[in-house]
Amino acid sequence: MSSTSGSRRRFAESLRAWQEQNAARLVPGQVDTRTASGLEIAPLYTPADLPLDSALPDGLGDWYRERLGFPGEAPFTRGPQPGMYRERPWVMGMYSGRASPAETNRRIRSLLERGQKGFSVALDLPTQVGLDSDHPLALGEVGRVGVPIDTLRDMQDLLAGIPLDQVRQIRTTANAIGPIALALFVAGAESQGHSAKSFKVMFQNDVLKEYVARGTWIFPPARGLRFSVDVVEYCAQELPNWEPIEFCGYHIRDSGSTAVQEVALALSNGIAYIDEALSRGLSIDQFAHSIFLFLAADLDLFEEVAKFRAARRIWCRLIGEHYGAKHAESCALNIFCYTLGSALTAQEPLNNVARVAYEALAAALGGVQTLATSSYDEALGLPSDEAVRTSLRTQQILAFETGVTRTADPLGGAFYVEYLTDRIEESILAYMKRVEEQGGGLAAIESGWVRREIEEEAYRKQRRIEEGQQAVVGVNRFAESGEARYAAMPAVGADTEAEQLERLARVRAERDAARVVGTLAEVRRAASEGRNTVPSILDAIRAYASVGEITNELASVWGRHQQRI
Amino acid sequence: MARPNRVVIAKAGLDGHDRGARIVARALRDAGFEVIYTGLFQTPEMIVKVALEEDADAIGLSILSGAHMHLFRRLLELLRAEGLGHVVVFGGGIIPDVDREALVAEGVGEIFTPGASLDVITSWLRARLEPTDATAAQR
Repeated sequence: MSSTSGSRRRFAESLRAWQEQNAARLVPGQVDTRTASGLEIAPLYTPADLPLDSALPDGLGDWYRERLGFPGEAPFTRGPQPGMYRERPWVMGMYSGRASPAETNRRIRSLLERGQKGFSVALDLPTQVGLDSDHPLALGEVGRVGVPIDTLRDMQDLLAGIPLDQVRQIRTTANAIGPIALALFVAGAESQGHSAKSFKVMFQNDVLKEYVARGTWIFPPARGLRFSVDVVEYCAQELPNWEPIEFCGYHIRDSGSTAVQEVALALSNGIAYIDEALSRGLSIDQFAHSIFLFLAADLDLFEEVAKFRAARRIWCRLIGEHYGAKHAESCALNIFCYTLGSALTAQEPLNNVARVAYEALAAALGGVQTLATSSYDEALGLPSDEAVRTSLRTQQILAFETGVTRTADPLGGAFYVEYLTDRIEESILAYMKRVEEQGGGLAAIESGWVRREIEEEAYRKQRRIEEGQQAVVGVNRFAESGEARYAAMPAVGADTEAEQLERLARVRAERDAARVVGTLAEVRRAASEGRNTVPSILDAIRAYASVGEITNELASVWGRHQQRI
Repeated sequence: MARPNRVVIAKAGLDGHDRGARIVARALRDAGFEVIYTGLFQTPEMIVKVALEEDADAIGLSILSGAHMHLFRRLLELLRAEGLGHVVVFGGGIIPDVDREALVAEGVGEIFTPGASLDVITSWLRARLEPTDATAAQR
């Protein structure tokens, strides 16, 4: 009996300590803490709230502290901040479509005027693969899925008049061109009179997953990896509040993987980046806190919730124990979540509103920090304005009408959810071990192993859907004979493309050609000497060298990736 | 004995999403076709070169980026110029109905949109490539 009451006492003490230490962060803020019936809800529920007569069962408190912990404390299963959504709701991502730099600028300014604190800059495909708008392969793709950025001039137009010091977060999809994108933001802000230290940019910058999932690669994988880490190293030293990389599971998932593979492969790639950063003399605490894990939310509600919780626990052990981080914030994983695009159906597209809502619910119950939701008509083409608005409304209804923000980790302690979290964690760790046996994230990509694994799973899933083992309502279950209708796509601005070509030609004619040649030669030297490329690229960008020209210099030293089929 | 039908599956343009292309390639392989997957970032010129070298019976083009009108038309044009007008061209992707109808009228065999089943695609292709009695007699 004495050990039982000892366990209870120890638990009560640690709970009290957590409450006292975080009192300021547990204040509800704008969250209505009462249920519809008027019951007051606490910031956190734990085994101490169980209706047990006298004592916690032996070991329950110890189990709780070891496996769950309090929110904001190791192992962070219940979330990275003590107050979770009471402190602040998750950041709601907004769709950002194609446009010219000037149009994008207008849209960003209007978002900021309406109170948005951040915005994202989606780049068009030529920019993402380091091709200038006048490259033959860029024909028809300029400005199609995002904004074309050829030179600093485009960045100046994009950022003109934007109060960067009042912006909480800028996100961008740059991956294969990570350091070039960084230089564009730094130089673009400078020429608007803003110091890069006065705002922050969050880069996707995970090139490894491009070789297996998303396809915007330039250099061979080992070079691409080091190029991405140039951003991590530069930010750790010069721009410590920027977010230099997201370890991406989303695109792997969207290519057909399971939830377990999604997290395991993202983290295995993450280990490759971290090892490279450490080999350059950085310490883990210089950058681990600035990393996000980018995951999908699919429809298997409880598995998804368990996945987010397990990912935080694995991260804490990985960064704290394996890499020996000293700072708690290095071990607290921040998650960026996007509802899974491939879960949407072209048939009966309004059904996707319900799908996205359930996926968003999984993300909120899983405790993510930033959430972006899909639009219900995405499987049919570019989203309509109405669908984009509905997607944002879905998040607002979740955050402000359902009460999910009242208490941290509302499903924590549920027998089913804890069981599933443990099983998912074990499965992720086992799969990470398999990747390690393949030689690690990079080697497993280079050998084609990862690609084959994902492809196998994607095919298996497609077969299961076609054989009716996995239900897709309106497609293989309760399907009505109506065919999906695919509306015509808005004509792509031939104007945008022509205008962009003209702008690029003008920049090339007006810039100081000798300075361009000189700075590009320095980029080549940095690449061949294995130095961090960011400083030399920054000088080239300031001299109005183009994204394509800088990429060509680097490729002349490193070569280009040849896809293995 | 006739060799298995040979199909080139290709991704054109800069769009890197090839889950659909790879699944279809795999399904065709399982259904007994010989499949050559080109990988990403192919131009119509590169695809026709592969079709020529591999003596392909059909080409399946996957396009999600919206550049389908230009790419299919260019592909058909090049095939005819190379004397490969008999090669069956089909496609997959998010293609608006009005564009699909126009492309089929211009000579694309069929375009499959999201949700099309693998069985439908493989049986369609098998039917299209099945030798008629007349051609079979000449082999």
